[in-house]
Amino acid sequence: MIAMKENKEIFVRLERCMGCRSCEMACAIEHSISKNLISSISEKPVPVRLLYVEKAEGRNVPMICRHCQDAPCVAVCRTGALVQDSLSGVVERIEENCMGCWMCAMICPYGVVGRKKEVRMAVKCDRCKSLEVPACVAACPTGALIYSTQREFAEMMRKEAAARIAREARGLAKA
Amino acid sequence: MTNDVRSKSIDPACQEMLRACEKAGLETAWDRLEKQQPQCGFGELGICCRNCNMGPCRIDPFGEGASAGVCGATADIIVARNLLRSIAAGAAAHSDHGRDVAHAFQLIVEGKAPSYGIKDQEKLDRLMKEYGVDSPALLAAAILAEFGKQDGPIQFTRRVPPQRLELWKKLGIDPRGVDREIVECMHRTHIGVDNDYVNLILHGLRTSISDGWGGSMIATELQDVIFGTPKPLFSEANMGVIKPDQVNLIVHGHEPLLSEMIVAAASDPDMIELARNEGAKGINLAGICCTANELLMRQGVPMAGNFLSQELIMATGAVEAMVVDVQCIMPALGPLASCFHTKFISTSPKAKFPGATHMEFHEDTAGETAKEIVRTAIKNFRNRDPSRVQIPDIKTRCMAGFSVEAIVSALGGSLDPLIEAIKSGSIRGIGAVVGCNNPKITQDFGHIGMVRELIKNNVLVLTTGCNAQACAKAGLLQPEAAEKAGDGLKGVCQALGVPPVLHMGSCVDISRILVAAAALANALGVDISDLPAAGAAPEWMSEKAVSIGAYVVSSGVFTVLGTVPPVMGSKAVADLLTSGAKDVVGACFAVEPDPVKAASLMIEHIDSQRRKLGLA
Repeated sequence: MIAMKENKEIFVRLERCMGCRSCEMACAIEHSISKNLISSISEKPVPVRLLYVEKAEGRNVPMICRHCQDAPCVAVCRTGALVQDSLSGVVERIEENCMGCWMCAMICPYGVVGRKKEVRMAVKCDRCKSLEVPACVAACPTGALIYSTQREFAEMMRKEAAARIAREARGLAKA
Repeated sequence: MTNDVRSKSIDPACQEMLRACEKAGLETAWDRLEKQQPQCGFGELGICCRNCNMGPCRIDPFGEGASAGVCGATADIIVARNLLRSIAAGAAAHSDHGRDVAHAFQLIVEGKAPSYGIKDQEKLDRLMKEYGVDSPALLAAAILAEFGKQDGPIQFTRRVPPQRLELWKKLGIDPRGVDREIVECMHRTHIGVDNDYVNLILHGLRTSISDGWGGSMIATELQDVIFGTPKPLFSEANMGVIKPDQVNLIVHGHEPLLSEMIVAAASDPDMIELARNEGAKGINLAGICCTANELLMRQGVPMAGNFLSQELIMATGAVEAMVVDVQCIMPALGPLASCFHTKFISTSPKAKFPGATHMEFHEDTAGETAKEIVRTAIKNFRNRDPSRVQIPDIKTRCMAGFSVEAIVSALGGSLDPLIEAIKSGSIRGIGAVVGCNNPKITQDFGHIGMVRELIKNNVLVLTTGCNAQACAKAGLLQPEAAEKAGDGLKGVCQALGVPPVLHMGSCVDISRILVAAAALANALGVDISDLPAAGAAPEWMSEKAVSIGAYVVSSGVFTVLGTVPPVMGSKAVADLLTSGAKDVVGACFAVEPDPVKAASLMIEHIDSQRRKLGLA
């Protein structure tokens, strides 16, 4: 059961994504040992990114774990390696429990379950628990990634749409 | 990032103006750096390539995604190609400056540039002898020909010790012509040409040598001929040199060709009279960046600040005109000037800026253009809004003018006393500290932290460029600064009446440091790479600095960089530059952002060189 308090989520404004992959790089660095760009690239195990910028139908689409309620990956995990925090809603992986059966990877509708390079083990977004703002969001130079509550996000989108409609209406009135 | 001005600059004048800018809502480079965060990791590692339109391509530094660009270029190839292009741009900037000076020299010789003359006949004679010609016209032709030569040699490269020249020839990096090497950089980095990172970097070294021992050295030598070889003199540095009751004319950029004419025009009695009629007490000239260094070295014109001071100087609201030529001039000055009465005047046909008034400079009409510019500044004095003027009351006395000739003369006619001091250990070694400001490092912190540590440890510091200005502002260019040096260096400085940090000029004047290094090595009968010497660029940012670093290392001097160059995406290239190069050219790079640790690296190197030379 997930609490009613509204948590912040990572939202994507597709039209702003330039495909620079800064989010991917920041993610890999944040999940490295040194948390430093230049040192992290020579670390073993090799740091991996946990979100993916895909190109589809001519658009750049950052694909990132949605931390779904009653998450299917959690439901199919037979070893308790994936658990959903009842307060934050964040789906986390407990490293020592994962046996690499890939049930989570098969059921995830977004394909955002990755694997460690050297070990047969699933990895996925942990929404950077120790950071106030997830690394990918902080790294996005265009504001394509937004970290806010759904209410705030919807309100922002609504206001933008309202402004657009108002401008169009003004244009029509002038015509 | 904190808004604390102390994290932005250690210069109290800059700190005061940063606070003023923040209050007035004026944007500076530090604000823009913050807005650029996070900066692109691919760019920082040097693993993005935009050289063809199959791209842009990037290499995944974590090895999960692409390991090659569309053409198949790996991280090693992309990093080396990008580095080569940076060297090409830097060498082009210095050498094109040299070309302009050589061109002006030719016009002077032909009598087509009446505003100029020959100030150092002795050097002119020496250069004619070196070139084996018997007239200034032939010298001008021979020097201009260095740029277009196809098969070398560039004459000044023959100043290196014979061992070094042999090594360059053996490696195939003895440059064939200034322009040829730069053009070849662009050819080699075109899609599908040179894809061997070692071959690319070797050509980078060759190109950089054509800068240090070519274009830059040509600029220095001919500027000395035209405007005089610098001799020790005193002046002042920092924003306190701006005068509240005078017409303040700030020259900024790099070449002395126009600014020397402005010095002349500003001291013209008619102009001073005009300024008085406009209500000013006089005309005050001050410089920024290497224009400042050039004018300080030869004319004692005070320096208002270094690279990161440029916006803050304009923000004093007391600048009637900021006159610029080429290099390191922020386009941000245009919009900033529009917030004040300041006239932002561009002068080079190569460098125009949004928001600037263009008053184009040509050698044949230089004197008139300079007068016109001074007149424009004077006429603008009445537009100054005194309520918006804020000039930090901070300036420091400094001693400059240490050309190699001046150093030799201060030593009594030969380098022997310096060599003796090095042998005896009173001078442990020589540190050449140069380079830019970079807002990624607290302004001047990298420079001053390193220089203080070096002189404390008896390392004589030779400086140019923005480091020289940082040292001037921090009071390290006064003879009294010897007190801050170790006992050995202090004794030498006090005996000679010189500071422990010798200001040798502008960035092209790093060629003076090369000449000094070659002379020392020749006097000792060793290669430059055997000297107890090290170089550093603690706050470097420009492509010129990349070329400088490359020619200093090619010349055999271990060099420490204070900001990380965009090469770390290729382990092979990074290893070559930071260790492999030692076995090739006898010197390599190190990267160390902490200025004190960086100084320690230099001192360790100097000590190991001393041991190899059998010095205690």
